[in-house]
Amino acid sequence: MSASNTLWDFLPFLLMGIPVTIEVTVLAMAVALPVAVILALGRGSRLAMLRWPAGFVIELFRGSSSLVQLFWAFYVLPFFGINLPALVAGVLVLGLNEGSYFSEVVRAGINAVSAGQREAALTLGFSPSYRFFRIILPQALPVMIPPFGNALVTMLKFTSLVSLVTIQDLSFRADLIATSLAQSASVFGIIMVIYYALALLLGLGARLLERGVNRRAGRIIPALGGAHTSVPAWALGGDL
Amino acid sequence: MSSFHWDWNFAWSILPALLMGAKITIIATLLGSLLSFVLGLIWTLLRLKRIRLVTPAINFFVSFVRGTPLLVQLYFVFYVMPKWGLSMPALVTGIVGLGIYYSATASEIYRAGIEELAAGQWEAALVLGLPIRRVWLGIVLPQAVKTVLPMLGNQVVAMFKETSLLSTITVMELLAEATSIGSIEFRYVEPLTLAGFIYFAISYTAARGIRRLETEHHVVHG
Repeated sequence: MSASNTLWDFLPFLLMGIPVTIEVTVLAMAVALPVAVILALGRGSRLAMLRWPAGFVIELFRGSSSLVQLFWAFYVLPFFGINLPALVAGVLVLGLNEGSYFSEVVRAGINAVSAGQREAALTLGFSPSYRFFRIILPQALPVMIPPFGNALVTMLKFTSLVSLVTIQDLSFRADLIATSLAQSASVFGIIMVIYYALALLLGLGARLLERGVNRRAGRIIPALGGAHTSVPAWALGGDL
Repeated sequence: MSSFHWDWNFAWSILPALLMGAKITIIATLLGSLLSFVLGLIWTLLRLKRIRLVTPAINFFVSFVRGTPLLVQLYFVFYVMPKWGLSMPALVTGIVGLGIYYSATASEIYRAGIEELAAGQWEAALVLGLPIRRVWLGIVLPQAVKTVLPMLGNQVVAMFKETSLLSTITVMELLAEATSIGSIEFRYVEPLTLAGFIYFAISYTAARGIRRLETEHHVVHG
């Protein structure tokens, strides 16, 4: 890379990072969601042999630094004969990590379904999987959508870490360009704008999904958390 | 490749260096948290005041900071500040980066704490004709503090774990110590596992403490 190169020459290379970032986000979310459901079910189980391992995984992933987990998967697992490609290691660590956090949301959503529904399904003699997938989960979904939108944005930002284990996403490419050009401010500025635009798109998508799910459920279900009151104007008038 | 076993002697020998790193990690967390609390409060006040141009600008800033990765923000601060004539030690740069990133979260926490107040509280205060100063100091803040404190506590724990990103901008904190030992000794098992254990021990203890405080002082809002 000669000194005559400008940022303009590197722009296509930089933009090629967008599909990579999106790919990692989608794959990691695809890992996170089933993980969250499994962990939530395990955590809520009456069987200690399911409850304890689920609790262990959740505390392990939530308790330590995600970057350390990523480096551990990348640098330490090969010592034990497990050689994961960087993409697999990245997607697994991000997915397990976010899945551990999101399991709390799934658990809250499942708990929000009234006990009568559970009892009715039990009385009607539905199988456990039918009870969960056809009765409980559809009613738990609307409550879980707003936090799901947040989890998507968190995951998008989170994917920047995979650049540190050689995956050529937006952050990786920006860092590479910044070290070879003297225009690091513009490179990082550009990718911040790209990340922000992607985050806004994901937020918009989550809101549309929320509307769709609520419409299918046939009612507006209040999200978790209380109603918000904005501060009245008179209370902001004088000086404190 | 190195052998398969866990080397206790090696683990023991690198522990002092890792603990030095943990000290930097804790310093960065405490100062970064302090900065984020103060900046977050400033953002919240400017957002509540509804000042033309200023409030929308702050709203956008908070949203932008929350919508972009901490790693990229750290790179930005690390590479760009020297160009503006602001050359600081890496640790200070890292603390500034953490402080700005988490100030956006802190601002949302403060706002949630204030907005969680029931509308009736404001009306009651208005009807009673209390001076604004007393409304805030006597009614709003004491109640907001109860919701805000555990959330800020969780934020400190989250920041503690994310200080590991400072290793990418040459701060010799816990993870940087571990990876540098790993690359010199060609053995990552002990340093990275120990580092993970230290992160876990500290954040798990802190999170448990916050959870206990939360349940002890739990208040049901009307």
